[in-house]
Amino acid sequence: MQDNTIVAKRVTVVREGTKALANVSFEIAPGKITGLIGPSGSGKTTLIRSVVGAQRLTAGSLQVLDLAAGSKGLRSRIGYVTQSPAIYDDLTTRQNLVYFASILGIAKSDVTRVIQEVDLEKQTAQLVGSMSGGQRARVSLAIALLGDPALLILDEPTVGLDPVLRERLWQLFGSLARRGRTLLISSHVMDEAERCPDLLLLRDGKVLSHGPKRALLDRTNTHSVQNAFLQLAGGAQ
Amino acid sequence: MSPRRTLATSRRVLMQLFHDPRTIALIFVVPLVLLGLLAWIYNNIPFVFDHIGPSLLCIFPFVVMFLITSIATLRERSSGTLERLLTMPIGKLDLLLGYALSFGLLAIIQATLATEVSIHIYGMHVAGPEWFLIIVALADAVLGTTLGLLASAFARTEFQAVQFMPALVLPQALLCGLLVPVATLPTALHWIANCLPLTYAVDAMSRVSRQTTLTQRTYIDLIVVLSFALLAILLGAATLRRQTK
Repeated sequence: MQDNTIVAKRVTVVREGTKALANVSFEIAPGKITGLIGPSGSGKTTLIRSVVGAQRLTAGSLQVLDLAAGSKGLRSRIGYVTQSPAIYDDLTTRQNLVYFASILGIAKSDVTRVIQEVDLEKQTAQLVGSMSGGQRARVSLAIALLGDPALLILDEPTVGLDPVLRERLWQLFGSLARRGRTLLISSHVMDEAERCPDLLLLRDGKVLSHGPKRALLDRTNTHSVQNAFLQLAGGAQ
Repeated sequence: MSPRRTLATSRRVLMQLFHDPRTIALIFVVPLVLLGLLAWIYNNIPFVFDHIGPSLLCIFPFVVMFLITSIATLRERSSGTLERLLTMPIGKLDLLLGYALSFGLLAIIQATLATEVSIHIYGMHVAGPEWFLIIVALADAVLGTTLGLLASAFARTEFQAVQFMPALVLPQALLCGLLVPVATLPTALHWIANCLPLTYAVDAMSRVSRQTTLTQRTYIDLIVVLSFALLAILLGAATLRRQTK
């Protein structure tokens, strides 16, 4: 087993003249669920896109599963869910999954498994374009689960889902982590943050805090991530 | 590159189209209606349809395929599926060839239909072999597909993508020898026409319609069209970026 799943050292990304990420350093151990928390515009998506290799770094280094981010060897080992579902609206759930499975070189039997995991058995033959926002988000999540990747990067995966379903997906995330999978889950909703054992707080492209949630609450002497964030953000100004 | 991923992509593009039967119908029917309209317009003037019909047989598939491909690729970009795919183990050429293959398959049907209907129903007279007209029309459809793929790389919105049609396709249609023979164009325009792929396609078509046998020149025309298509696909692959700056 490798030491750390993600190792970021002084990662800086400049996009169109502005610093989206400034000297971001952190390490994420395998088998952890880390919440990437920050307001919109804080650099969450840029950081996520850097980890999956879609964003070039201006400076710094980023190791993912012991390889440089963006390496060819990582392309079938990371499950990536973008903020808005990256799926084909004019295909059914199953057709979407079968296509991505064949690109990843994964057996079709895995398609049935991931459909069950995201609870879309009744929508397998439905056109994705005719589905609700929550169902579309789950199709996108199912694609990321194909092949049981070691690292899952999820950009706001549970936004707009009903509470029962959200609960189920968090249970799924928990069982994946217990099997040794690493999850990095971004959210701008603070109550999502409460579910993550580890937190990486981001503001204005800088790391405000990183570590276990318990330690964060103790250190700031608060009872919620929301208050801890406010206190840290206040201190930073 | 891998044949499995190329074929999977091409199958996926075809499945997307099957969920949109109206688009398929438009691809097949619009050229037939336009050619029929022309045959009717020139009904009382002898030889004109025989002259321009074959040229249009290669211009229509070119235009239709250019439009469809540039929109389809743009949708792939804006929906985020392109970014997702490029984080996966797919080659850029797998993606482009997948598109070219599936649209090429549609183009075979479209070109065959348009050629057969023009000859047997609209009464277009062709001296050379029919099958060669279909081959040139197909090559042109593939050219339209690959240029559409390339053009979509430079379009940020659907509005821009649609504008590329008059910007890149219409000048070729005006200069290709359809309006006046290329040799009679002013020197500068003659030079420009010689650099445009559609000129060679139209030249091949008019040779097949006038000459009973296929000459070396006709084959060269075809090779030039296919080379442009190949060049466009390689340039298209170069415009796909796995990483943004």
